[in-house]
Amino acid sequence: MSSQTASLLVEETNQVNEQSNDIVEVTGIEKVYPGGTVALQGVDLAFPRGKMTTLLGPSGCGKTTLLKIIAGLLDATAGEVRINGKVVSGPGPERAFVFQDFALLPWATVVKNVAFGLEMQGVEKTLREKKAREYIIKVGLAGFEDNYPHELSGGMRQRVGLARALAVNADVLLMDEPFSAVDEQTRRLFQEELLRLLGMENKTVIFVTHSIEEAVYVSDQIVLLSPRPGRINRIVVPGIDRVGKTSDEIRRETGFLDTVEDIWDTLKKYLDDERMI
Amino acid sequence: MNLFGYRVPAAFSLLIWCALWEVIGQLDAVFIFPPLSAVLVKLVTILGQNNFHEAAIISLKAFSIGMFWSIVVGVFLGFLMGRVEAANKLLGMWVNIFASAPLSSLVPVLMLLFGFGQTTIIVTVFLFAVWIITLDTYAGVSHVNPSLNEMAKSFGASKWNMYTKVLFWAALPEILAGIRMGFIRAVKGVVIGQLLVSVVALGAMFSRYSRSFLLEEFWALALILFVFALGISSMIGWVERKVEYYAGSRA
Ligand SMILES: Nc1ncnc2c1ncn2[C@@H]1O[C@H](COP(=O)(O)OP(=O)(O)OP(=O)(O)O)[C@@H](O)[C@H]1O
Ligand SMILES: [Mg+2]
Repeated sequence: MSSQTASLLVEETNQVNEQSNDIVEVTGIEKVYPGGTVALQGVDLAFPRGKMTTLLGPSGCGKTTLLKIIAGLLDATAGEVRINGKVVSGPGPERAFVFQDFALLPWATVVKNVAFGLEMQGVEKTLREKKAREYIIKVGLAGFEDNYPHELSGGMRQRVGLARALAVNADVLLMDEPFSAVDEQTRRLFQEELLRLLGMENKTVIFVTHSIEEAVYVSDQIVLLSPRPGRINRIVVPGIDRVGKTSDEIRRETGFLDTVEDIWDTLKKYLDDERMI
Repeated sequence: MNLFGYRVPAAFSLLIWCALWEVIGQLDAVFIFPPLSAVLVKLVTILGQNNFHEAAIISLKAFSIGMFWSIVVGVFLGFLMGRVEAANKLLGMWVNIFASAPLSSLVPVLMLLFGFGQTTIIVTVFLFAVWIITLDTYAGVSHVNPSLNEMAKSFGASKWNMYTKVLFWAALPEILAGIRMGFIRAVKGVVIGQLLVSVVALGAMFSRYSRSFLLEEFWALALILFVFALGISSMIGWVERKVEYYAGSRA
């Protein structure tokens, strides 16, 4: 093959990637933990740009593992993660993680915490703190800029975590059960705010949750994983039309309730299977 | 503190002990305890003496150099053990042994290695303080919340930033506790070193006082050292309390 055709080929693939609507693609992902636990097997998934995809499945099926592999925090035993068509093998500025336990620096104020990602990128202090303050206002924490994490409630702490992830302006947000440590009321409020923020910022979100209701309410696409070793069982597209409806109205619609029921049936089967053994 | 159902300030117990000391001294009950008042008078005299000043300066020098290196080495070793499993396996046992070993018995060996001078005393101070600092730093580093580690990694933290912006601060409460205990041990190290090595400075003063049964002077000097150690330790304790606001919220 001449070098000319080779370069032509490269160009072609690049073009395909640019057109591709899937910002994150994982292919053939397998994860075996030291000790032999097979957490994931043959996972192929595509995450459409600007959409919210939820990973749902029984406890221990490998949701966190998959999310951390996409984040570049864990190495897969086999398979590839592609971001914008390029294979990645570590964390990158296109992705930002929101942690279940918030992972805030307890010795740093809210501003410093929110600015942390920018600081790691080498953004100069006045600039990064200015940006941090903007996002603190966006997540509704105005007035708490100089407080320390231990002075905030769980819900407020997660807002700090969210602001930190938004401040680095990553295209992809990875969230591991971000609302599991807050009460139901705050949780619902968060879901609304997340949807509002995503509408404004055009992010792609990969979201892990245990709540079927939450998944159906916020997601564009729900990936149902089977019990360990985690495999893709089904992909559900709730297709909820939110325009002009209140949260309560949506939650009472038959379409919403049917989808919740449908997913619950699948998950229940796993539980029953487990009991049979 | 509660006494007969009354709340009394903690300093009160100190007063009781002082009074007891005074009484025992006045009664001439135990000959090694002269009255506290006499000791205090001698303390003032000693503080004004030239040979005390010289001794204090020499000792402070050995103390600060030894302490400096034990902080540098101790913090470094603690981080190494906390972050590199192999280093922990290799060093862990030895550090634990040294931290609890009667190090005074090593001083004669040090004399062979480093001679009969200030170097040996500095090394003694170092050896007295370094292990506890290493152990505490290690404890701090290995208990850093793993998700802070992941968080920094996910935002692309460089190795340098990981250590200086996350791990160091996360482990700071334990590091400070280690340094505080290291300081107290270092004070012992200075005196023991000086006593055993060449009977210089404070060691010489202690040895002269005890040989000539100058017990008032002896206790006065001991009190000075005690207050010095206590002063430094409460200074570090104060810094520790300043960082405590986050130490408690790390879980
Ligand atoms: N560091 C590890 N070493 C060994 N096994 C692990 C490790 N981390 C996770 N596992 C195992 O891998 C499997 C998947 O774990 P993972 O945390 O990804 O599940 P999960 O779907 O996030 O569960 P949950 O819903 O409870 O958060 C589990 O069986 C778990 O025990
Ligand atoms: Mg999980």
